[in-house]
Amino acid sequence: MGLRRLSSEHLARIALALVALVVPLAVSVAWWGANRSTLAVTIHGRVSEAGGWLPDTLAASVGSPLQLRLVSDDVVHGFAVGRSDADPLDLPPGQVVETTLTFDQPGTYTFYCTRWCGPNHWRMRGVIVVSGGSPAVAEVVDPLYESLGIDIDALHPASAIPRVRPSAERGESLGVEFPEGFRSRSDFIARPPAETWQSLRLDSSTRGLSDSQVWDLVAYQWRSTTTDGALQEGQSLFAQNCAACHGESGGGDGAIADAISAAAPTHLAGNEPPSPADFTDPSTMLGASSALLQGKILRGGMGTGMPYWGPILTDAQLWSLADYLWTFQFGETS
Amino acid sequence: MAEARKPRSASGSLMTHVDLTRLPFVRSMLVARGPQLAVQLAAVAGLLLVIASGLLGTPVGSRNPATVLVWIAWWAALMIVAVPFFGRLWCGVCPLPLPGEWLQRGALLRPRGRGRGLGLPWPRRLRGLWVQNAAFVIVALFSLPVLTQPRLTALLLAGLVLVAIAVSLVFERRSFCRYLCPVGGFIGLYAQAAPLEVRVRDPRVCADHTTKTCYTGSADGYGCPWQVFPATLTSNVSCGVCLECLRTCPLDNVAIRLRPMGADLRPSAPVRIDEAFKSLVLIGSALVYAIVLLGPSSALRAAAAAVGSPSWLVYAAGFLLVTVVLVPGLFLAATSLGRSAARRRLSANEGLRRFAPALVPLGLAAWAAFSLGFVLTNVSYILPVLSDPIGLGWDLLGTTSMPWTPVGGTLASWALVAIVLAGLAWSSRHIRAVAENLTGGVRMAMPVWGFSFLVTAGLLWVFVA
Repeated sequence: MGLRRLSSEHLARIALALVALVVPLAVSVAWWGANRSTLAVTIHGRVSEAGGWLPDTLAASVGSPLQLRLVSDDVVHGFAVGRSDADPLDLPPGQVVETTLTFDQPGTYTFYCTRWCGPNHWRMRGVIVVSGGSPAVAEVVDPLYESLGIDIDALHPASAIPRVRPSAERGESLGVEFPEGFRSRSDFIARPPAETWQSLRLDSSTRGLSDSQVWDLVAYQWRSTTTDGALQEGQSLFAQNCAACHGESGGGDGAIADAISAAAPTHLAGNEPPSPADFTDPSTMLGASSALLQGKILRGGMGTGMPYWGPILTDAQLWSLADYLWTFQFGETS
Repeated sequence: MAEARKPRSASGSLMTHVDLTRLPFVRSMLVARGPQLAVQLAAVAGLLLVIASGLLGTPVGSRNPATVLVWIAWWAALMIVAVPFFGRLWCGVCPLPLPGEWLQRGALLRPRGRGRGLGLPWPRRLRGLWVQNAAFVIVALFSLPVLTQPRLTALLLAGLVLVAIAVSLVFERRSFCRYLCPVGGFIGLYAQAAPLEVRVRDPRVCADHTTKTCYTGSADGYGCPWQVFPATLTSNVSCGVCLECLRTCPLDNVAIRLRPMGADLRPSAPVRIDEAFKSLVLIGSALVYAIVLLGPSSALRAAAAAVGSPSWLVYAAGFLLVTVVLVPGLFLAATSLGRSAARRRLSANEGLRRFAPALVPLGLAAWAAFSLGFVLTNVSYILPVLSDPIGLGWDLLGTTSMPWTPVGGTLASWALVAIVLAGLAWSSRHIRAVAENLTGGVRMAMPVWGFSFLVTAGLLWVFVA
């Protein structure tokens, strides 16, 4: 049967059938191919209230590339894998971003959103369980706050506070040599500055110095046990991860601080709403040691809305961040 | 060669019509069903793409063809180009009623015996534009979520197709388009301003034609799907430019003509009250849409989007208050004041019906300006969507990553102002003509001018401020 024997009505119907079948079929096949592909995993990102990462648990094998197709379904999100030095990826809404991850060690890796996408941004996390290969034999080390016996959930009021903002520069210019037990980095991070001040105040090496000058020495102790690089890294991490709640100036007044208080779980009703810590307040800050601060960052603040950063930041980054927090007490004010 | 003639309009001014169907090529292209069907099939393909990608593609409105191609590209093309310059031409290829119409006819092309529908007449009580007015207002209330959520857009379009199929299988002809389609009444009203019309050449020929095949149908085509007897056509409101009368007239008495813009708006002819109300609802809606979508208040936009929330209920009440009560009420007050000032014995109903058509140019200008502002702000969403139509990471045109860039700047604002002012000038002229026709003079026109200025001031405030 040739085309000539088909009436124009039949041809029109064939054309309609083609349109009606081909368009939905093509869209469905393309969609199915992209989302059911065994070659790449598609991860949809949504604000935590709408589900976070979907899926939020992935499996991978050591040495095998894991191809990811990342797409945000609502606002701009970011994607990064914790404790890795790879740059985070931005995920503009509705746009597919592809990346490939290869793991050389088995373990559980956390991936997370790097953009402030909402009050519960930090909950937007998922894990990649990497199997195979030889497990690295890593020495299990307790966090420092645990080995020092610090209760990081306890209140930590400062036993002394300065009248004038301490200055590391002034402290250095005093030319005082720190007594034994105050010279090393571990001496600084293990003890709250207020305790250090009290000990130094009683020490003979500070005889003749005013209280404020002893505080300047405490500030100098902090500055002499960290580096410019660590402080710069801490500043960058703070801006990226902490400032939205704690505020750029560390005053606990970040852009979404109020939203966090408003979004407090109902079981906290009757209690004081969890507001972000104020790093500029000497009455609490100077009663905390660096080990306590690092522990809080590492583990998070139970029931306070403070996220845990242990699976995200490397040890060096955690300490850089803790070091940087002291700039809100001892840093030069502009 | 096209025939040019200079008939005298009802208002007495000279106007020129150009009969496009005197051009043999144009006529043959319009009479043949193939070209129209090709465009209709392309529109159906577009509709299917939009529905499929709306349901399966990204839920991000700015990246999904359902929202971007429908509410930015199609809407702008309709309001800025199609309706002002081609009237209801879109209705002749609109894909929404086609599945129903094809099922009803049992054919895609020429008539093939009796169709499949029940062919019942549309209920007399539901005739007119009231149901359509209600449908428009209901869709408008939910428009912000629909505008921004691809899935809702897809469901709305699919729902309209299903309703059109059901209506086509039960009722005769294009009852859906004529009496239900939320956009149909809108296009019909403003098609009166368009410089294109389908009219009979000589009504006396129709009067003498005993079989009236343009209405009853013939082997060459279907009786008017829009349920209009072409010989009585005096405006574009109810003519869907489906071209059937061109095919069924054995006497070559149907013409498609270019004409001066707004030729349907005759100062001496009152419109039906439902048509007058439509005009007022649409002008009120244009005002609300401009304020919500282009205005400075993000809280208002959030309220309009949060369907079902207390803030949305307030927005919905405000929308209804402005469009159904305030604007019609103010217009009624203006026409009543005009009647009193001119001491003319004229009923409130008559006043409304005489003056409402004068708002068509201003309403059309308001919608065109609003749509232009909206499309200039959002036009940069179109290329990324075309480059990755289903949101799968494709980059067909190399424009997938193109950032959002509003175009036009200050110049665009002034273009919107110019469009609205042109609409105001045109409406004002018509208001004067209606008042003169009613022998009310300037005194009668003044309050209606005041109403038009008020609406214009509201629009300009949004566009400039």
